[in-house]
Amino acid sequence: MTETSSTTPAEILPSATLLDAWTITSDVPAEPSVLPEGWEMVVGLEVHAELATASKMFSPAANEFGSEPNSNVHPVCLGLPGTLPVVNGKAVELSIRVGLALNCTVQRCVFSRKNYFYPDMPKDYQISQYDLPLNIEGWVELPSGHRVGIERAHMEEDTGKSTHIGDSGRIHDAGYSLVDYNRAGVPLLEIVARPDVRGPEEAKAFVEELRAIIVAVGAGDGKMEEGSLRVDANISVRPAGSNELRTRCEVKNVNSLRSLGRAVAYEARRHVDLYEAGDKPVQETRHWDEEGGRTRAGRSKEQAEDYRYFDDPDLLPVDPSPEWVAEIKASLPRLPRERRHDLIDLGADAEAAGIAVARDLDHLALAASEAGTDVARAVTHIVNNLAVDGAADLDPSNFAELVKLEVGGKLTATQAKQVLSEMVETASTPSDIAAARGFEAMDSGDLESVVDEVIAANPDEWARFCEADDKVKGKLQGFFTGQIMKATKGQADGKAVAGFLRSKSS
Amino acid sequence: MSDSPAASHTTALEIASAVCSGQLSALAVVEEHLARIDASNNEVFALLEVTADEARAQAAAVDATVAAGDPVGPLAGVPVALKDNLCTRGIPTTCSSKILDGWRPPYDATVVERLAAAGAVMVGKANCDEFAMGSSTENSAFGPTRNPLDRSRVPGGSSGGSAAAVAADYAPLSLGSDTGGSIRQPAALCGVVGVKPTYGAVSRYGVIAFASSLDQVGPFAKTVADAALMYEVIAGHDPRDSTSIPKPAIQVSEALGRGVEGLRVGVIKELNADGELAQHFEPEVLAQTQAAVDALTAAGAAVAEVSIPSMLYALSAYYLIAPAEASSNLARYDGVRYGNRVEGAANTANMMIATRTAGFGPEVKRRIMLGTYALSAGYFDAYYGKAQRVRTLLINDLEKAYQDFDVLISPTSPCVAFPLGSIDDPMTMYLNDICTIPSNLSGQPAMSVPFGRGAANMPVGVQVFAPLLGEANMFRTAAVLEEAARS
Repeated sequence: MTETSSTTPAEILPSATLLDAWTITSDVPAEPSVLPEGWEMVVGLEVHAELATASKMFSPAANEFGSEPNSNVHPVCLGLPGTLPVVNGKAVELSIRVGLALNCTVQRCVFSRKNYFYPDMPKDYQISQYDLPLNIEGWVELPSGHRVGIERAHMEEDTGKSTHIGDSGRIHDAGYSLVDYNRAGVPLLEIVARPDVRGPEEAKAFVEELRAIIVAVGAGDGKMEEGSLRVDANISVRPAGSNELRTRCEVKNVNSLRSLGRAVAYEARRHVDLYEAGDKPVQETRHWDEEGGRTRAGRSKEQAEDYRYFDDPDLLPVDPSPEWVAEIKASLPRLPRERRHDLIDLGADAEAAGIAVARDLDHLALAASEAGTDVARAVTHIVNNLAVDGAADLDPSNFAELVKLEVGGKLTATQAKQVLSEMVETASTPSDIAAARGFEAMDSGDLESVVDEVIAANPDEWARFCEADDKVKGKLQGFFTGQIMKATKGQADGKAVAGFLRSKSS
Repeated sequence: MSDSPAASHTTALEIASAVCSGQLSALAVVEEHLARIDASNNEVFALLEVTADEARAQAAAVDATVAAGDPVGPLAGVPVALKDNLCTRGIPTTCSSKILDGWRPPYDATVVERLAAAGAVMVGKANCDEFAMGSSTENSAFGPTRNPLDRSRVPGGSSGGSAAAVAADYAPLSLGSDTGGSIRQPAALCGVVGVKPTYGAVSRYGVIAFASSLDQVGPFAKTVADAALMYEVIAGHDPRDSTSIPKPAIQVSEALGRGVEGLRVGVIKELNADGELAQHFEPEVLAQTQAAVDALTAAGAAVAEVSIPSMLYALSAYYLIAPAEASSNLARYDGVRYGNRVEGAANTANMMIATRTAGFGPEVKRRIMLGTYALSAGYFDAYYGKAQRVRTLLINDLEKAYQDFDVLISPTSPCVAFPLGSIDDPMTMYLNDICTIPSNLSGQPAMSVPFGRGAANMPVGVQVFAPLLGEANMFRTAAVLEEAARS
């Protein structure tokens, strides 16, 4: 699986036993390995998503990014003596929305206290969930078709933000520190994936898919750069094909998809290098250094952290009724995975469908389908010609009409591309644009006479074309096509030209 | 408006009624109480902070309302003292701890809001054991409170200041908090009425937590009727406390006159003369309890003994659960955001350590360490987990008992008020709570009513237990005992 994508399963798999294992995920094109041959990586991702609620998880203070420091605060989220938390029902609802979209089971859950001292955590404990989380046992299907297991998705509160003023910007040698509690108590959903990811590209695809799901269900904005989506990666390596789980390191401070890919690749490679040198990694938390392009060990801990979890006596268990869960489920939009399958079922290929959905332009292809025209052609336009601003504003029926014109032979592929580009800019209809540009469907008879004229004007080339092998034929076909296009001012359909050349030469 | 001496009105009901009808000015009432405070608080030290200016302003406002003919609340012009773990906006709230010395909350506890809305007048913040941890109020960082009935003795604890404030008539009513007996035991030792309501009946919002699953605020009063009045004002659902029962306050006053005819009263064997803990009880306390039981029988109650074996393990379970919760609740006192901070430490962690080392007293530190240990990986199941199972067992046993009984009876405290400094061993001190702890673990209500005198002529308290939200029968029984004790 970690071999290059150009090889087929049969080529890289030596035995029938392994073939069985392979077929389970045989629809997954393996990404080029970043590890030396014989190694594979095991990546378990943990994603913290801030939920788009108006107020905080347990406090009436506003949940708002970018406010003046310490302005979105209230006695409750400052943890002032005597204050008590009250669960934000909207946060529970959004958490259930994500949980259902991740195919999780929603269950009666309990809030627990995770106890540790840190100055940006007002109570010196974090209200989280421990042995009874809200969502358990789900999965995410990546555009590749590979499924990544979800162990749990639980609710918790965010911490504040410290700024350490001093040489290193780290807490232990700071001159002083400033703490902003605006983020303290912001509702988070922590999504813990099973260690099913096998490479940096897949790690990125997983986070991208998760982000798309969170945005689609309206639970959050998924902005990694603002910290509303934060990713930690637990990384280990093992001999390819083995099932063991070796010592893992948790890599934090990964602030973009690009960083995630780089950090995963770097850390896995570091582990392999250690093993190959006869050494081994130690279990620790490491920080991704974007500039240095490497991970660095955090401050070494003398002993494992003991969070002394226990059920929070200030909060009652949350037990979502089956009716409520069903209601939420019924209100979910079509999810990215379902939308991809919609396109694939209509004839698009999987990769293109993935891109169309990722660009949030699949509705255009669906409009083409409703208009009774070729969805694959529509998706090809979305993939090749619509990675542009304004594409989202395209009128779906105009787009469908364009595809119809092209498929019906009224526009050539080249013309259709030009018309589409102008549609994005001017919002005119494709027929108006085509008419204004003088694009007209070229009659098949007219085209044949042009072809005949060009053949007559180039008798030597034609003779060679008729006798040539494939290689030479290809070059000469290019020559003839060019001549014909020139003569028709580009209005000839390339496929029709090729057809004439083939039939006349044989 | 009359300027007649307030002295003839001594209970909250009498004061409120006289203030409401315009016979008595709230200001006169408060001045009289402030004068008493002035005369002896420096000796008794029931109040850490006397809020004379605020009290006068509140009283004047009540008088103005009465003068304008507008309606006033059921506690109009009644002075109240508040345990110093109840947050009072702008007024120092310290939990009798150095670590919160000078801290002024930016908000009022729900119970404080409700008292103010009912027309009560706050005269001061009452001393207590630091963070409500103790049974004598000797653990206050600011010095002990003395028992007004004998100043060489303790008032009990942890709400000793609140109990003493009522006993010394600094206020006819006060609020305390009860985590393991901290209202009922000092009520018994000071000869006043003290009520621990059903867990969740009274909001904990603004009550500085000791052990969240056990803490409950309740009244001290000179009479059962006054305690009922205050209970009705402070109880009832509060959306700011998730553990608050979503029901309005139980109206207990109307049950007071009903007597106990036919009421099924169980005398708890384990907390009585022939129980396994009998050696911890003073004989006079047991004798008064028996007299109280006899009085109930005479009043027509159906009295029988009941055995609740798991009560023997309640103390052990409590001293794991309460410190465990406390170790987490008290983590926030780290010097970062409020309260005292020890300056000069090399880094944040050292600042936190130095602040907590200097800020907490020995009993608080002991319980933080106990609780941290009980929750630690590898010990959790053996200590905290097992204690929670004992708690469940006790709840089951009590629920079973309430199939046959409406209320249960025991002494409130195994002993009468003891001399200051006479108990220096923590375990002996913890034994003060053997009768009171079970109802904190079960969440059920219980109250202490003065019933006669014990050793050294100090008051004895008898405890009435009831099932969850069984306050009406509890108050009803207490009223009969109060009547019997007078005769």
